[in-house]
Amino acid sequence: MNLLFIISWIEFSPIKPEVGLLFWSTVVFSIFWLVIGKLAFKPIIKALNDRSNTIQESLDAANRAKEEMKNLQSENERIMSEAREEKMRIIKEAKDAANSIVNDAKDKAKEEAQRITINAKNEIENAKMAALVDVKNQVGTMATDIAEKIIRRNLANDASHQEYVKKLVDEVKMN
Amino acid sequence: MINVLKIVVACFVFCTGIYAHEGHNHQHPSTTTTTTQNNGQTTNHDNTLNNSQDHSTHDHSTHSHQGHDLAAHTDCGHDSHSEFKADETAFHHISDLNVYSIGPWNFPLPCILYSKDQGWSFFSSSKFDIDNHHHGSGNKAVDRYALNMGRVMRIIDASFPMGEVSVQGFTTAETEVDGKKKEINYVCANGQKYELEKTSSVDGGLFGGGFTSFYDFSITKNVFAMLLVIGFMSILFLGMASAYRRKPSTAPTGSQKLFEPIILFLQDEVAKPFIGAKYERFMPLLLAIFFFILSLNLFGQIPFFGGANVTGNLAVTMVLAIIVFIVVNLNGNKHYWEHILWMPGIPAWVKTLITPIEILGVFIKPVTLMLRLFANITAGHIVIIIFISLIFIFGKAGAEPGAAYGASVASVLLALFISAIELLVAFIQAYVFTLLTASYIGAATEEHHHPEKNHH
Repeated sequence: MNLLFIISWIEFSPIKPEVGLLFWSTVVFSIFWLVIGKLAFKPIIKALNDRSNTIQESLDAANRAKEEMKNLQSENERIMSEAREEKMRIIKEAKDAANSIVNDAKDKAKEEAQRITINAKNEIENAKMAALVDVKNQVGTMATDIAEKIIRRNLANDASHQEYVKKLVDEVKMN
Repeated sequence: MINVLKIVVACFVFCTGIYAHEGHNHQHPSTTTTTTQNNGQTTNHDNTLNNSQDHSTHDHSTHSHQGHDLAAHTDCGHDSHSEFKADETAFHHISDLNVYSIGPWNFPLPCILYSKDQGWSFFSSSKFDIDNHHHGSGNKAVDRYALNMGRVMRIIDASFPMGEVSVQGFTTAETEVDGKKKEINYVCANGQKYELEKTSSVDGGLFGGGFTSFYDFSITKNVFAMLLVIGFMSILFLGMASAYRRKPSTAPTGSQKLFEPIILFLQDEVAKPFIGAKYERFMPLLLAIFFFILSLNLFGQIPFFGGANVTGNLAVTMVLAIIVFIVVNLNGNKHYWEHILWMPGIPAWVKTLITPIEILGVFIKPVTLMLRLFANITAGHIVIIIFISLIFIFGKAGAEPGAAYGASVASVLLALFISAIELLVAFIQAYVFTLLTASYIGAATEEHHHPEKNHH
C-alpha cells in the first residue's frame, strides 16, 4: 500500500476547489483588498509616510538649528575674548594715564615748591641785605654821628678822618 | 527542511494508521473493500464491490434499487465495533464543513444551495438534525439534501421525497470507474440506499471532483471563519486609519504599535525594493494579501476553536493566485510582454524555444503560489492532528488506556513543537506569498531604460 493509493480513496476535500468557497473567497478578499484597501490601508500608508517625512524634516531642522547655535556660540566667544582684551587694554591705558598725571603733578608741585622756596630765600636774602644795608647805613650814620661827635670834640671836620671811617664801614660790609 | 520533516512524520503516521487498519481486516480475510458508516464505524462487506459495479453501470436518474434491496438493508442496518482511523480524522478536520465543530458541539451554519432541478434552497444546517456525537452527520434529509460527515450532499434519485425525511445513516463504497478508484457515498433512508453527490468543484476531475448537479454557496466553516477574521481585521484597520486621521502627529497607540512595524516592513523591505517607484499603487493589494493570509493562518492555529483550515484550502489560495495573476498581467508593460513573447538579444531559433517556456511560466508562477500556501498550511494541520491521533492509535480507541497515557505525553510534546513551528510557518507563508507577488508585479512593471544594466 503506498501513500498515493491511500489519498485516492480517502476523502481529501481541501484540494477540491469548491464553487461556493471560490465565490465567497473572491467576495471577501475583494472587499478586503478594494474597500478596506481604499478606506484603511491607503490612509494608513499615507499617514505613515507623512509622519516619517515630518520626522525627517524635524531632524533636519534640529540639525540646522544645532549648527547655527554652534556658529553663534563661537561668535559669542570671539566677541567675549575681544571685549576682555579691550577691557585689559583700557584698564592699562587708564593706569598709565593716572600714573603720568600723578607724576606730572608731583613734578610740578616739586618745582613750584622749589620755586617758592627759592623766591622766599631770595626775598629773605634781599630783605636781609636791605636790612643789613639799612643797618650798615644806620650803623654808619650812627657811627659817623658818634664819631663826629667824638671827633668834633677832637678833630672837627677832619676829612681824612671821615674817609677813614668810610673805609672802615665798607670793611664791615665785607663781613 | 520543515516540509521534509512533515512528510516523513506524515508517512510514518499514515503507515501506523494503515497497520492498525490492516490488523482489523485480518478478521475478514476475504474482503476487498471497506465501507464506513455514520458513526465513524467500519464494516467490511464481501458484496460491496458488486454493488458498486452495479451502480457505476446504471443510469442514476432512472435508477431502480430493486436489484440490491437486500444488500442495502444489510448495509444500513449493520452495526459493528468502532475503530479509530487517524487519516480520516485528519482529513475530516481540515475539510470545509457545513457545521462549525468546537469540541463536542456542532454549531449549525446557514445553507445556501442551488441545483438546476430545484433552484435555490435556503435553510440552517440545524434542519438536518445534526448528530452531535459523530462528526456532524444529519439525522434528516432536507429537500433531497443530506448532511454526511458535516458536508451537504445531494441525493441524485429524483424519486426521493422532498421536505424533511429521516435517514438511518451513511455508507461509503469504493468503486472503479475507467480504471480510477472512486468513492461513492450513500444515504440510508426508508430501508434503501440512495447515492449521494458532492458539491461542484472546479478541479476538472483532477482530484476526484468536478461539476455535479448542485452548487453549495453556504456559509461553511471556512466562509464563516473568513467572514469572522477578515471582518475583525477590517474593523481593526478602519479603526487604525481613523486614529491616524484624528491625531496624525502623536505617537502610535494600541494596534497601531503592533501593525505599524509590519506595514513599514512590507513597504520598505518588500514593496519598495521589488516594485520600485510605483510601489504605492500596489500597497493595498500587498497588505491585503499579507494580512488575509496571516490572520487566517493564525486563526486556524487556535486550539479547540475548530481549526478552520481556510488558507489550507485550494479554493482560497486559488482565488488569491488568480487575483495576483490578473493584477500582474494587467499591469505588464511593453518590456514584460516583449520578454515573454519575443525575448530580445538572443538568436531567433532560441526564441522559438524560450517563448513557450516563458508563456508557461506566466501560468506556473500563480500556480506555485497557490500550491505552496495550500500545501504548507494543510500539512501543518495534518501533522498536528496526526500527533494528537497517536494517543488514540496507541490506546486503540480506549481499549488500551495505559498505552494512551504513554503516547499522550510524547504526542503532546510533539504537537507543541509542531505548533510552534506552525506559528513560524504562518508568518513565513504570508511573507513569502506577499514577497513573490511583489516580485512578479515588479518584473511586470519594471522599466528597462538601460537593458544592459539589468544583466549585472
